[in-house]
Amino acid sequence: MLEIKNLHVSVEGKEILKGIDLSINAGETHAIMGPNGSGKSTLSYTIAGRDGYDITEGEIIYKGKGLTEMEPEERAAEGVFLGFQYPVEIPGVPNTTFLKEALNAVRRYNGEDELDAMEFIKLVRQKTKELGIADDMLKRAVNVGFSGGEKKRNEILQMAILNPALAILDETDSGLDIDALKVVSDGVNALRSPDRATLVITHYQRLLEHIVPDHVHVLAHGRIQRSGGKELALELEEKGYAEFQEAAA
Amino acid sequence: MQTTEGPIDGFLADFEATAPGLPGHGLSWMDALRKEGIERLRDLGLPTAKVEDWKYTRLRPLEDTRYRPVTEADGTASVDQLPSLLESAGARIVFVNGCLRADLSSLDALPEGVVVESLADAMRRDADWVEGYLGRIAEREHHPLMALNTALMNSGAIVHVKKNVRVEAPIEIVFVAGLTDAPVAYHPRNLIVMDEGSDATLIKHHAGAGVGAYFANTVTEIHVGDNARLRDYRIQTENLEATHLASQHVRVGRDGTFETFGLAAGGRLCRTETYVRLEGAGAHAGLNGAYLMKGREHCDNTTLVEHLVPHTTCREVFKGVLDDESRGVFQGKIVVHKDAQKTDGQMLSKTLLLSDKAEMDAKPELEIYADDVKCAHGATTGQLDTTALFYLRSRGIPDALARNLLVQSFVAEALDEISHEAVREALTHMVVHRLPAQCYLSEEWTRENAAE
Repeated sequence: MLEIKNLHVSVEGKEILKGIDLSINAGETHAIMGPNGSGKSTLSYTIAGRDGYDITEGEIIYKGKGLTEMEPEERAAEGVFLGFQYPVEIPGVPNTTFLKEALNAVRRYNGEDELDAMEFIKLVRQKTKELGIADDMLKRAVNVGFSGGEKKRNEILQMAILNPALAILDETDSGLDIDALKVVSDGVNALRSPDRATLVITHYQRLLEHIVPDHVHVLAHGRIQRSGGKELALELEEKGYAEFQEAAA
Repeated sequence: MQTTEGPIDGFLADFEATAPGLPGHGLSWMDALRKEGIERLRDLGLPTAKVEDWKYTRLRPLEDTRYRPVTEADGTASVDQLPSLLESAGARIVFVNGCLRADLSSLDALPEGVVVESLADAMRRDADWVEGYLGRIAEREHHPLMALNTALMNSGAIVHVKKNVRVEAPIEIVFVAGLTDAPVAYHPRNLIVMDEGSDATLIKHHAGAGVGAYFANTVTEIHVGDNARLRDYRIQTENLEATHLASQHVRVGRDGTFETFGLAAGGRLCRTETYVRLEGAGAHAGLNGAYLMKGREHCDNTTLVEHLVPHTTCREVFKGVLDDESRGVFQGKIVVHKDAQKTDGQMLSKTLLLSDKAEMDAKPELEIYADDVKCAHGATTGQLDTTALFYLRSRGIPDALARNLLVQSFVAEALDEISHEAVREALTHMVVHRLPAQCYLSEEWTRENAAE
């Protein structure tokens, strides 16, 4: 599904990622863990195509296609989804309008018919019900006045509606209390499927108690320092990141 | 003040030539008023950049174009489509190139206690009533364009809503201009009188029909009596060659409300000045607007709110979106006079620059002579939030549509000030359609936003 080869990325002239290799297959859930400033968010923004993240070396292959020449909206339409650490508030634009414009843009890109208002409402109601999300979140402006938990649930709802093949969740646990964390994790788990690959990016092990990964990678100083199974997360919880920070220094 | 030779001479000559045919000619008070106007114009000259109020807006079109006065023939131009905001509007009065077009107007549905007619008709029907208000609400004796309008007023509507009459359906006043063989000037003078306890909504259109340069020099005098409410919505879609200069002069009585919103979406040069005097306790003014400029268009909003007595409030929200090489100006001033304790005045101007070459000048001012007041102003100029843009695009929304959604989001804060729900929805729809970035918007989206 996703093949990252020797990826070097600079932001404002400063090299942040210094040769990442990562391979994720359909059906798998991978976790990238690392200390602050290790390049976790840079990796997620680079995959999603944000401006200002310059790939100086290496490549990102998604479903056999090179991603790096695509615009962010093309990547999204191809099935790449990034759940934001800090979802953006957009006053004056109703959440439903946003969701519908997004879904229909993706459908147009893929040569599918747009959903009309009725079809869309039916789909969105079904998804909110499955995810246990209150309908009033749809009428409000995008993320405006949403609590931290609501914002993250809104990300999961967008993911459920866009139905991506590759879901990247950037620090989904930040700013969530334990109850909200459970609701969001349940949502992510409900969307796990043999056709989908999930990449969870987190600082803490606690999220991985809820979203159990198949593979764990430790990112520090712009490189993956170590990879292993889910037990690696527990080891990190015990020992912290000191070992990796020193090793690379 | 420095005089700009050419245009003044032209207007002075126009006065000599056309005065006998202008509304109210032969009424001694009206003749005196016009004469005073033309003399004042002669003394003042047209504004130049040396005058503080006109520092950011140069009247170049008036310097290099000779506009002839409109004639009855200009008024017969055939207009394919009249601008309209709501499908189910009430009364409507239409002027083409300044001339009343009874055939396009519909004034039959007016409720009891409401008068809507042209200024000329009002002068014929009840000159004494007109005399009681005309030139008496507006006070700005040193305003050259107002003096010009006073001398040459040849168009305009009067609206009179009598005591305790509430008009449900909005009243539309439509000015369409263009389609003339040479550049023309017309000078509408509107008079809106809301008697005590009355309530009405006005929708004023200034639209360009096709091509052709013209100069619309509008003055509107508005009296909002005690306990009365006027909601005044203006939509300006002049053509690319148009010069649109307008001033509104408003007095609001005890517990009266004046709410206005202007949407400007066209015109080579447009400036709207709003002068409000809050004269009775409990009086409120809401001055709001949005402008969407592109190409080399220029839009200026100048406001002055005077709090004259205790317990009055005002609130201003202006949002500008400037693309290409367009230019925006906001000059907002709140004056709290010495006795006006407990004044609450809030003023906000925000501008979004979509291009490196667009330019905004904002000058908010507070002048406070009372000590127990709450006043604030803010002015910001910025660009589209790149994080928000990336957020939308990362969901599959194409760049151009994402930009339009963010512009829509930006303008929403001003549109939210519109208390008339149907008008707010219709104007939101217009904003979405007239966004500077001409781009794809799904039919679905515009339809829904109009319907919601």
